[in-house]
Amino acid sequence: MFPTAIAVLQLLPLDGTGTASDLMQSAVDLARSGLPVGTGRRARRRAAPWLVIAAIFVSLLALLPLAFIIWVAVQTGWETVSALVFRPRVGELLVNTVLLVLLTVPIAIVLSVALAWLSERSDLPGARLWAWLCVAPLAIPAFVHSYAWITMVPRLHGLWAGVLVSVIAYFPFLYLPVSAALRRLDPALEDAAAALGLGPWRVFWRVVLPQLRLAICGGSLLVGLHLLAEYGLYVFIRFDTFTTAIVDQFQSTFNGPAANMLAGVLVSCCFVLLGLEVLVRGEERYARVGSGAARYQQRTRLGRATIPSLALFVVTTLLALGVPFVTIGGWLAAGGAAVWRFDEIGLALGQTLFLAIAGALLATVAAMPMAWISIRAPGPLQRLLEGCNYIVGSLPGVVIALALVTITVRIALPLYQTLFTILVAYALMFLPRALVSLRASIAQAPVELERAASSLGRPPLQALWSTTIRLSAPGAAAGMALVALGIMNELTATQMLAPNGTRTLAMAFWSYSGEIDYASAAPYAFIMVAMSLPLTWLLYVQSKRMAGR
Amino acid sequence: MSFLEISGLHKHYGPVAALAGVDLSVISGSRTAIVGPSGCGKTTLLRLIAGFEAPDQGRITLDGEVLAKDGSAVPAHRRGIGVVAQDGALFPHLTIGDNIGFGMGRGEDKRAERIVELAYIVGLDKAILKRRPHELSGGQQQRVALARAMAMKPRLMLLDEPFSALDTGLRASMRKAVAELLEAAGITTILVTHDQAEALSFASQVAVMRDGKFSQVGTPRELYLKPKDRMIAEFLGDAIILPAKISGGFANSPLGRIAVDTSDSRDVARIMLRPEQIALKRTSREGMSGTPDMLFGEVTESEFAGSMCTVAVRLLNSADPPDAAAIGNTPLILRKPGMDAPAVGEIVRLTVSGKAHVFA
Repeated sequence: MFPTAIAVLQLLPLDGTGTASDLMQSAVDLARSGLPVGTGRRARRRAAPWLVIAAIFVSLLALLPLAFIIWVAVQTGWETVSALVFRPRVGELLVNTVLLVLLTVPIAIVLSVALAWLSERSDLPGARLWAWLCVAPLAIPAFVHSYAWITMVPRLHGLWAGVLVSVIAYFPFLYLPVSAALRRLDPALEDAAAALGLGPWRVFWRVVLPQLRLAICGGSLLVGLHLLAEYGLYVFIRFDTFTTAIVDQFQSTFNGPAANMLAGVLVSCCFVLLGLEVLVRGEERYARVGSGAARYQQRTRLGRATIPSLALFVVTTLLALGVPFVTIGGWLAAGGAAVWRFDEIGLALGQTLFLAIAGALLATVAAMPMAWISIRAPGPLQRLLEGCNYIVGSLPGVVIALALVTITVRIALPLYQTLFTILVAYALMFLPRALVSLRASIAQAPVELERAASSLGRPPLQALWSTTIRLSAPGAAAGMALVALGIMNELTATQMLAPNGTRTLAMAFWSYSGEIDYASAAPYAFIMVAMSLPLTWLLYVQSKRMAGR
Repeated sequence: MSFLEISGLHKHYGPVAALAGVDLSVISGSRTAIVGPSGCGKTTLLRLIAGFEAPDQGRITLDGEVLAKDGSAVPAHRRGIGVVAQDGALFPHLTIGDNIGFGMGRGEDKRAERIVELAYIVGLDKAILKRRPHELSGGQQQRVALARAMAMKPRLMLLDEPFSALDTGLRASMRKAVAELLEAAGITTILVTHDQAEALSFASQVAVMRDGKFSQVGTPRELYLKPKDRMIAEFLGDAIILPAKISGGFANSPLGRIAVDTSDSRDVARIMLRPEQIALKRTSREGMSGTPDMLFGEVTESEFAGSMCTVAVRLLNSADPPDAAAIGNTPLILRKPGMDAPAVGEIVRLTVSGKAHVFA
């Protein structure tokens, strides 16, 4: 069970845009889970001890936030803990959070499956364009979606507003794996079902949908974890979740036990989601049975359903892309040249890029030993270590930030609000992104090359450098880009941990919109979207390529 | 009585004609094999019969009911035609039992018993029913696919290269088992394959397909011994093709006077022999003298490959054929049992048995 669990954990619950690429990776991994990956090439051998030590060190570091929540709980004592946890406020938050997840996820599933099926398997006019438009909303940070909606409909607030904006902001996390799975489905199965006397609808229910289960489970987990972790989106529409409450608590009482205990409950919610997903997914293998290449899929003729189908895409695109673009454009037009304070924007951009690049470098270097071991010397220990990293990656940024605040304040005060701490936080949060990309690219560099280099007289480290590391460089670069993008749009942890005087794009956007100066916030939103947009195109192309088209 | 009747079937994919006018009639309860090189359109034909696609032109009738006519077609799920695909196409999300029972109604009478019975018929153990497709070997998967298709009591069974994924030993035994099974159930069957030996041994009627058309349809024996042209001859097995002059039921050829299967007279013709019609007998150079009407050759190559041995024989005293120069003295390539094959340099006497086939 464990390897497949890890494959799903690769569906990382991280803020911002980059996640979807991990998602693509995992969509493929998911389809192949069941199988031992690259059996032929994966020569089992023992890893160098320093690599193992490095990997263990990184994993222990990754477990630090979790350990601290437990430690704080133990220190606080059961009575205080129960008083803090079992109170009406927590119940309220729990109801809010559970309702949000229970309403958003099913709606997002139905919407994504419908969109994915129409764009992949029907003769919808302009299917390729629509497919890309369904991925593009990922370029817009969730809190910018919310900002756009609150501008359009100022009275928007509460649960249903939360559901609406959440579905719009996060449905691509389901759309991507579901459409990838649909592309990979073997049409012979549908033919077989038709030959056995099933009509088109029954074929969909009994053959197609069950095979999308893995993709739907993985995507739903991702959406669910995002719902738990998101802060900015729900502040705009005044909807309280655990994450917003933790930040409020932190702002009023700093790192008191109250905030820590809320974080504990939030972490439990994450674990419940992870567990649920494992339960629902089951032990199935959904890969193609048999050999040979699959036939081309035929596209279903929509006929009279073409217009309503197109309408669905038009409405979705208007809500997910039209609203943010019109709003940002509107504020930019209203603000005119005055909102482009170039000195301030330049400073924010510089700081953001610096943090993003430094964080990406750190995360990639930290992921290197683990990635190497997981491909070249897999075993139970490695799977355990890797599992730790993925679990930590699925924790909300606010939890990791809170833990690091607690640790630095109590143990290493000089490190509090330093560049070092914020970079460590980024590395912990985004490590899985770097890990997945690195792993995939190391898997493509055959170990034989490394051996050939050794046999030609290179010492081990040089052999590693001149073969595997060189070959995995593109993958590492892709992973770094994803981490950098995640950091660029990160808000919660940055606010809590960054050194005084730091003002990233997201922070500047947040503080202006907090002052209801929406026009001044618009340039920052615009820059964040503009920098993320190319990545969604990349994701779209990548997902096509992975399906062999 | 013709059960399945296909006439003038055309199918285009863009500018490519996959089927260019196919006619076929299949007798009830019989086995037909469609054989041809890959890309000849045989799988397309199968997909049209199954109803996965509609023909551009032409007609398909099954048991008097029109299934497809000039572009309109009955959809696959209303045809009652069983299909076994190349790799089985088992549903990976269902157990073997549920796969077999897929086409039955969920509340159908004695569903469980029927599933066990079908598994038994195709030679699967009951214990396997709770497993998943990926836990089965290729041969077992094929059996499940067959049982699944038989569960709906099809009027017609289509087999799309079902044995090609199996290894050689298993392939022959599976083929035999499936043929007997379908025979016993009285189900009319069409097999599509690119393997000529499979086609010849499986079916009572074989259709050779090329470039979207049938080039010849007939019994296996007819096709093997009397192919219409050189390509069919060579597709169905090794062939020795020789120039000859024919008259009075005999041919004058480089191999001497050979009986032929026609009474026509022609000065220039091509005849075909199957290599197994030529027997070799060891002799020596001395043995050649004084026997002008006998045919001798020298072994120039001998390639041992286990049970069979490929022997190349250069003729030493070829009877003068009409255009002997045209073939020069190309050695004859023969496959002989490996046990007692002649070695390089040995002199052999050649004798021809049976009649040669004359190409039209």
